[in-house]
Amino acid sequence: MTAAPGSAVATCLPVGSDTDLTWVRQQIRQVAAGLGFGLVQLTKLVTAASELARNTLVYGGGGHVEITPLERGTIRGVRLSFVDSGPGIHDVELAMTDGYTSGDGLGLGLSGARRLVHEFELDTAPGRGTTVTVVVWTADLPAARPGE
Amino acid sequence: MTSAHPGDGLTVPVLALGRTLLVTLQGELHDRTAERLRQDVSHRIARSGALGVIIDISGVDIVDSYLGRVLAEIAANARLLAAHTVVVGMRPAVAVTLAELGLTLPGLTTARDVEQGMEWLARRLPAADGRGRGM
Repeated sequence: MTAAPGSAVATCLPVGSDTDLTWVRQQIRQVAAGLGFGLVQLTKLVTAASELARNTLVYGGGGHVEITPLERGTIRGVRLSFVDSGPGIHDVELAMTDGYTSGDGLGLGLSGARRLVHEFELDTAPGRGTTVTVVVWTADLPAARPGE
Repeated sequence: MTSAHPGDGLTVPVLALGRTLLVTLQGELHDRTAERLRQDVSHRIARSGALGVIIDISGVDIVDSYLGRVLAEIAANARLLAAHTVVVGMRPAVAVTLAELGLTLPGLTTARDVEQGMEWLARRLPAADGRGRGM
């Protein structure tokens, strides 16, 4: 997996208010549309991003998102990293459970977002903040083959 | 009747058609706008005695769990105020995404478009006196 040539520069956007959420959704939509995402993949990507950005805002106390265009062979994709320096997640397994919420949400943010993306990575520890990184490709791929 | 907060760009127009309220959502919705809409619709039902609410989301690109919850809450609030709610015009890509997200909104009635939503309400409204318990 490499950053796409010519667009290797990651975009970094703040996630500090619900106005930022709107902006983040719009920017990710624009990047993904430019990479050739179809309507369904685009909708899944932006929805997952909305869930994760809201988590960053509500549970992480705000942070930022990095948007990186990717290329694997002829397939393009995008990597999103949602970073906060909030309280972190104490029980990752519990947080990933459908219906679990520590706030007033539906508890679908993390578990639901994971189902919408191709790759999902959660890096967190109590007191150390949370980083959620997801990758979505323009098309469903067979199992990832490094170095392809 | 005008919206409670005109001119700030964060309101969603609520149109009265007889005893039905028509709410048309478009494009990107701020969380604040969605939350305000929830309150506006309840107030409008209470004031106007509307029996039906149609929420048209054909212009909405994505529905995440927050907006989904707001829609479900609008319907639940409306039901307590003796009005039925039907969400119309969900885009196929949005439906696919919601199902994968795990947000199937079981309490929410949906219809293909405003016309079908009106038909559903028309069938339901005469039963509002309690004789016909369809569901």
